[in-house]
Amino acid sequence: MDVILVNLAGLSLIGLIVWYFWLSKPTGTLAGVTGDGVQEAFIVVKGGYSPDTIRVSAGRPVRLVFNRQEADPCSERVVLDAFGLSAELPQGSNVPVEFTPREAGSYEFACQMGMLRGKVVAT
Amino acid sequence: MRDPVCGMTVGAGGRTVDGYPELGFCSEHCRTEFSAHPERYARRTDVDSMGSEIFEARVDDRAMSMAGSDSIHLSVEGMTCASCVSTVEKALSSVPGVIDARVNFAANSATVDTAVAVPISVLTEAVAAAGYRAEEMEEDIDTSDAERVESERRYRLLMRKFWFAALVSLPVIYFSYPEIFPGVPEKGSTALWWIWVAMGIVTIPVLTWSGSQFFTGAWAASRHRSANMHTLIATGISAAWLYSTVAVVAPGFFPDEMLRDVFYDVTAVVTALVVLGTALELRARARTSEAMKKLIGLQAKTARVLREGTEVDIPVNEVEVGDVVVVRPGEKIPVDGQVVSGSSAVDESMVTGEPIPVEKTEGTTVIGATINRTGSFRFRATRVGRDTMLAQIIRMVRDAQGSKAPIQRTVDKVSGYFVPAVLIIAVATFMTWYTFGPSPALVYAVITMVTVLVIACPCALGLATPTSLMVGIGKGAENGILIRSGDALETAHRIDTVVVDKTGTITRGAPSLTDIIAFEKYTEDEVLRLAASAEKGSEHPLGESIVRAAAERGFVLSDPDRFSAVPGHGIEAVVDDRRVVLGTLKLMADRGVSAGAAETRLEELSEQGKTAMVVAVDGELAGVVAVADTLKEDSTEAIARLHRLGLEVVMLTGDNHRTAKAIGDQVGIDRVLAEVLPDEKATQIKLLQAEGKTVAMVGDGINDAPALAQADVGLAMGTGTDVAMESGDVTLVKGSLTGVATSIELSKATMRNIHQNLVGAFAYNTLGIPIAAGLLYPAFGILLSPLIAGAAMAFSSVTVVSNANRLRRFKPTHREEVS
Repeated sequence: MDVILVNLAGLSLIGLIVWYFWLSKPTGTLAGVTGDGVQEAFIVVKGGYSPDTIRVSAGRPVRLVFNRQEADPCSERVVLDAFGLSAELPQGSNVPVEFTPREAGSYEFACQMGMLRGKVVAT
Repeated sequence: MRDPVCGMTVGAGGRTVDGYPELGFCSEHCRTEFSAHPERYARRTDVDSMGSEIFEARVDDRAMSMAGSDSIHLSVEGMTCASCVSTVEKALSSVPGVIDARVNFAANSATVDTAVAVPISVLTEAVAAAGYRAEEMEEDIDTSDAERVESERRYRLLMRKFWFAALVSLPVIYFSYPEIFPGVPEKGSTALWWIWVAMGIVTIPVLTWSGSQFFTGAWAASRHRSANMHTLIATGISAAWLYSTVAVVAPGFFPDEMLRDVFYDVTAVVTALVVLGTALELRARARTSEAMKKLIGLQAKTARVLREGTEVDIPVNEVEVGDVVVVRPGEKIPVDGQVVSGSSAVDESMVTGEPIPVEKTEGTTVIGATINRTGSFRFRATRVGRDTMLAQIIRMVRDAQGSKAPIQRTVDKVSGYFVPAVLIIAVATFMTWYTFGPSPALVYAVITMVTVLVIACPCALGLATPTSLMVGIGKGAENGILIRSGDALETAHRIDTVVVDKTGTITRGAPSLTDIIAFEKYTEDEVLRLAASAEKGSEHPLGESIVRAAAERGFVLSDPDRFSAVPGHGIEAVVDDRRVVLGTLKLMADRGVSAGAAETRLEELSEQGKTAMVVAVDGELAGVVAVADTLKEDSTEAIARLHRLGLEVVMLTGDNHRTAKAIGDQVGIDRVLAEVLPDEKATQIKLLQAEGKTVAMVGDGINDAPALAQADVGLAMGTGTDVAMESGDVTLVKGSLTGVATSIELSKATMRNIHQNLVGAFAYNTLGIPIAAGLLYPAFGILLSPLIAGAAMAFSSVTVVSNANRLRRFKPTHREEVS
């Protein structure tokens, strides 16, 4: 009896892991638009990117302003591979990264090791 | 437009102030502040046609480049007591846009955190208004120092955490193995129960202090729906602690006597090992950016410039373009420039990788951060601050180190699934042991699950590529090779064909004297001396090369009289009362000189691709001088090195086939593509690519830009400060072909290193996890201890980083070293 219970609990735990890490989709944050027409979003870097999904309109310039608030060297650099951009993130400083997604799609940004990830969804 | 007070971007049609229609304000606060001190924030730039003044926000470019908000470091002078600190802090905090200002009395400095861009001038004025002096601190050195200090602080903290956990581990291990260590009370005894309680208590600070970063890291990651090494370790060590504590506090929970056991040793030892691993990894990672730190450290701190006729020492960031800088022997050249007087030998090895000092005379360019060896000279600054070659190199290396090698994209795909997959395997392991395992099944299930969580090392996988790339690209910079991106570095190791543009790469790209032929009563020396004297005033490159050749031979030249140039044909002049004519056969015929005897020699010379000129003295044929683009000394060796790397070397040139072949044979080129027009170079590369070759193109970066872009890897040759860094995937600072071979060797070494790391990390995880799960138990009865798993995990990432650091020992091969 307890074997069945433990296995049921284990299976549901696996289901939860799959759902939490892979299936559930965060809704994302809509980037604000500044006076000069740049879509701007502030991202706090601490164990991850908050927010980690930024929604923007394609074809218009985007500025992501990163602020790293931890000493963990894992996040010391953010890489936007699709745009060939990267930036060092000194602790506590705002670091802007600018680019223009020409086409609609999802553009990932991540730490150098690819452990922390976020994305810009252009529509 | 920008708010002049805080620098924020504001739309048109917002708040304005009367009299300043061009300015907009983000908030009422900024508008009020502006109205109170308009002169502080705006300056009049113009008066329009109606006579109205036009104002511009005084938010200078420097402040804008700080990207909206930042920490600004100021040095503050004039503080004498602790109360000054609060006065300065208050003055700075009252500036709109400032969130926080902290003054360090001991260091005479202030750190100002701003929400938006605040011009430095506004801050310094605010401090001045309070009765003190402030100025911006130099940024580069400051930040790198701060990083070093921070990294050191973090390392020390981790080591303290390690020693604490290690100290707790010793008694915990002792009492955990009564079957090994004598004197441990019997299981089930009250004495042992009390020892267990003590162990449970002392391991609490191990979890909450030594291992705190695992929990904060895991929590932060889980909030972003991701998981990392911290997740695994935190789950593992807390599972072990919780099970043990339940066994101690509520033994009734476990009906079976055998289940009542503790694993506090797992908690303490695994925490100690992983913390130690993290500390060692931090140390090793700091070394991967050593090349970068060396580059930053090259910057000169001060410069001696001429101001109103006197020499003054000023900080290097105050040097302006046009300043005349004085450099004495042994001193560092502060910025880029052009020598105006004096001469010396300069050691440029730190920038170009070239070990032999370079001669500098009037008119030659000097590079900032290089070291003056022998003489004194003055030079005019041409590039300062962030425009200097060193600053550009630093930026380029920094960007390249942050780029991704294509191989990493594959790794990224895996690492996104890695940690959740390990979590699933851990749960599945628990279920399997609980269902099918021997008695006590629950103990086995817990232990194997913890072992799986602890052994998995996502860090080794994640670090494998970026650390090698960091070291490899940094090593390149030390050797005068600037690699633009990880892409370029990775592609370079697959190159099988190197296309070299002849002019400026194999040859010098500047003509020099190759032949002197004397006729009749003249000697070669006389022919050269007369020809050079006649050409002394010439500005034509051919003439200059003759003059240079005479000067190199130490000839004393006479000043020519009545010099005249015959465009397209040559020159004539009177030298030492003798009429000298230098030029083509046609010019000789025009001047009535019979030069038939020189005709065959002229033909021979032109067949060799040389430009020959007849020299006549007093109406008589005296000799022939020929100039040609000459080979660089190291071209032959460089091409031999490329051959040793198994590469086919192709030469591209606009020369005719015969000349091209002659030069190609001299240096050992495999294939010559002659008579190629400049705009056909890219097409030739395309044709080679169509043959299925992976092509590297070596060119001068300016004329060859399309061909460099077409090639799989474009290598741009730089000379002096005119490094065309934008045009190539790789820039060879020292304009020498040997850099091509070194680049490819470096690329191969780096890629080999990356492969070792990746294979190691993959093998470690794919073998380690199943063994940890107990795959070997049914057949061989082997079960891994979680302590061993912790040790393996801790040192696997250190191993990866240390292996990447081995690349720091990379040295380009030389002829002597290869048999």
